[in-house]
Amino acid sequence: MCSGSPDAFELKTVRRREANGRLVAAVVAFASLLFAAVADARELKVCADPNNMPFSNAAGQGFENKIAQIIAKELDARLSYTWWAQRRGFVRNTLKAGLCDLIPGTPANLEILRATAPYYRSTYVFVTRRDSPEITSFNDPRLRTLRIGVQLIGDDGANSPPAQALGRRGIVGHLVGYPVYGDYSAPNPPARIVEAVASGEIDVAVVWGPLAGYFAAKQKTPLRITPVTPRIDGPQLPMVYDISMGVRRGDDALRDEVDAALAKHKAEIDATLARYGVPRLDTGGSADR
Amino acid sequence: MPAKNYASTRYSELADINEDNVKNLQVAFTFSTGVNKGQEAAPLVVGNTMYIVTPFPNIVYALDLSKPGAPMKWKYEPNPEPAAQGVACCDVVNRGAVFADGRLFFNTLDGHTIALDAATGQPAWNAHVGNINIGETITMAPLVVKGKVLVGNSGGEMGVRGWVKALDAGDGHVVWTAYGTGPDKDVLIGPDFKPHYEMDNGKDLGVTTWPPEAWKIGGGNMWGWISYDPDLNLIYHGTGNPGPWNPDLRPGDNKWTSGIFARDPDTGAAKWFYQWSPHDLHDYDGINEQILLDMNWQGKPRKVLVRPERNGYLYILDRTTGEVLSATPYGAVNSSKGVDLKTGRLIENPDKKTGTGRVIRDICPTASGLKDWQPSAFSPKTGLLYIPHNNLCMDEEGLEVNYIAGTPYVGMNVRMIPGPGGNRGAFTAWDIAAAKPAWSLRENFPVWSGAVATGGNVVFYGTMEGWFKAVSARTGELLWQFKTSSGIIGQPVTYRGPDGHQYVAILSGVGGWAGAIVSGDLDPRDATAALGFVNAMKDLKNATTAGGTLYVFRLP
Repeated sequence: MCSGSPDAFELKTVRRREANGRLVAAVVAFASLLFAAVADARELKVCADPNNMPFSNAAGQGFENKIAQIIAKELDARLSYTWWAQRRGFVRNTLKAGLCDLIPGTPANLEILRATAPYYRSTYVFVTRRDSPEITSFNDPRLRTLRIGVQLIGDDGANSPPAQALGRRGIVGHLVGYPVYGDYSAPNPPARIVEAVASGEIDVAVVWGPLAGYFAAKQKTPLRITPVTPRIDGPQLPMVYDISMGVRRGDDALRDEVDAALAKHKAEIDATLARYGVPRLDTGGSADR
Repeated sequence: MPAKNYASTRYSELADINEDNVKNLQVAFTFSTGVNKGQEAAPLVVGNTMYIVTPFPNIVYALDLSKPGAPMKWKYEPNPEPAAQGVACCDVVNRGAVFADGRLFFNTLDGHTIALDAATGQPAWNAHVGNINIGETITMAPLVVKGKVLVGNSGGEMGVRGWVKALDAGDGHVVWTAYGTGPDKDVLIGPDFKPHYEMDNGKDLGVTTWPPEAWKIGGGNMWGWISYDPDLNLIYHGTGNPGPWNPDLRPGDNKWTSGIFARDPDTGAAKWFYQWSPHDLHDYDGINEQILLDMNWQGKPRKVLVRPERNGYLYILDRTTGEVLSATPYGAVNSSKGVDLKTGRLIENPDKKTGTGRVIRDICPTASGLKDWQPSAFSPKTGLLYIPHNNLCMDEEGLEVNYIAGTPYVGMNVRMIPGPGGNRGAFTAWDIAAAKPAWSLRENFPVWSGAVATGGNVVFYGTMEGWFKAVSARTGELLWQFKTSSGIIGQPVTYRGPDGHQYVAILSGVGGWAGAIVSGDLDPRDATAALGFVNAMKDLKNATTAGGTLYVFRLP
């Protein structure tokens, strides 16, 4: 793929000079004409899930869609999507197969792709009703009697960290499993676990922060979200993850460009994440709402 | 049917090809399926026609064996939903079709069972029984018993609740459904249910041997083989591993997963059950084939069921009662210490117990088992069971980050490694009466293909490098081999053609869980891919490439 082509780079140089005075305006106009075709031809090909709010959906309503727009604009590229349900083989079938060049919202330490610098850090949270006691820790003895919703992930030997943390403590008497996949024929299948807290089906849910923040705010019943503790459970089980964007291994040029765009537009990106209620641990702001 | 007969012996009496002349075998014709994914289906021969089902997109071809080169008579394309590929656990395989009453029955990855007119390829009915939106797929070959098409679902990894359904062969409507977990009424356990062991006896064990509600996402799928005994009027089928994978989340025996049921085919009513691996820790699905034999056991005639099980034991059960007569390791096993024949319980090895955040090295067998789905064959002439199997162990070394649907999670960092001796596969002839191997052939890669035994005392199987091999049923001596275009994970068959000659057929095309590194183009540097199988198969890419070709052989 033609990412970070010299043409695009040169165009940016010229534009910067343009800002320094009119003297180069004519040159700029000429350069713009010359490179207009190139700029138009540039495409930022993104792979995303078409039915996975608050992250992304086919209507472009997710915060990853919005942040991808910010990046594309900075790169002077037309944003295009390949929609693919995030399942086993997602990276292999999309990014690695060349259907796209960028996947937003991937853990920073995912080895199968090359990650940008992280643009937010979130955490698993307890979701409770505001009229019920707040849970802050996996060591809270009340968890042994409460009905707890946990996200289950169907994949090779995989578990959501909260499921592992509860299993380690033997807190399994009243667990209700909600597959992360959910029923994909319904809109936003992962939302079910948060709705279940609001409806009283379960007393507490342990959910990945962005998902919880977005859907908790949408319920009629007032809910509260509280980051889980401990942040790292046992010897090696993190509840907190840095989230980056991913490119193909070896696509350093695009990675550097996206990195630069993420840094340059940090304020706008932070505002977007805040608008979607993403609980963050990297901003000094409280994740409690 | 893929297993040749209801007893699932995969034995053909054809003897034109024998130990002396098999060295002269030559290619009669070939046919490209056009799909370069793992080919696990058995070519099915009925009259003058051969039927093949490809992996996803599950195209069915009918080839005319009465004409030179076996030209295509018809093909049928079900056009399954592409999304099914992302749901399937381990490559997008299909294990073949079955023929009954002028119709061909097969399953599609996206959960349809389809009946075709075998003469024309026109669909008679199409039943949508599995839902990919909740993680269900279907890969197994159906079995038709007394006008009912028996089908089971895959998806235990997804927390999908397992089931077996009987569809009416005439119109495809569901006659009965038996679940692998849950209350007795869902499992079709009633007054006729008489398990041999106390551990399998009790009300609603499919609920009470789990934490509350956990059975609803408990797995126990049925994606493997079914056998049938017409005299006893019983079908036999295994059940897959429990879900979720982390055993800490499901204290209890987790009935009715990783076990075997005997059922009445007319009603689905369970007659007995036995659990190979109570509270399974190692992903030991219990879905392997069961061979039904009538034999003398310790001086008495017994109706037995022989099962080379994933957990590493060669079980012999009384198929009328479910009693375990013997359970002997047929390869390297250290995850358990044996089977207590009094209680029927597998004796776990606490040193190899996996759990969150523990580092356990050298667990044998791996999650893929000492043997996975690849079906064995039994020759009544030799009394030997020919078992294609794996020789792999695994290290579980903590956790690695992954993500799905925007949610980060941790997976077990599993690395599979060659078992004792360094060879990753074996083809073992097991002397059932003596409960020991008669001989065993070492193979570099896991033997992921099925086997077929013949009246000519020749046994056929394939290797993942692509060799199709004929060995002596008596001694294991290699008599002939042919290098096909891709690794073999299919089911060999033999048949008498319209011209009266004996033929041998195999689909070549590497893939499946073991071959995913090639068919899925996985990165060999990603040692933990495919639940660690990639680590054990790093060099497969240097040995073979993806393919999808039928090879048919005959004597000159």
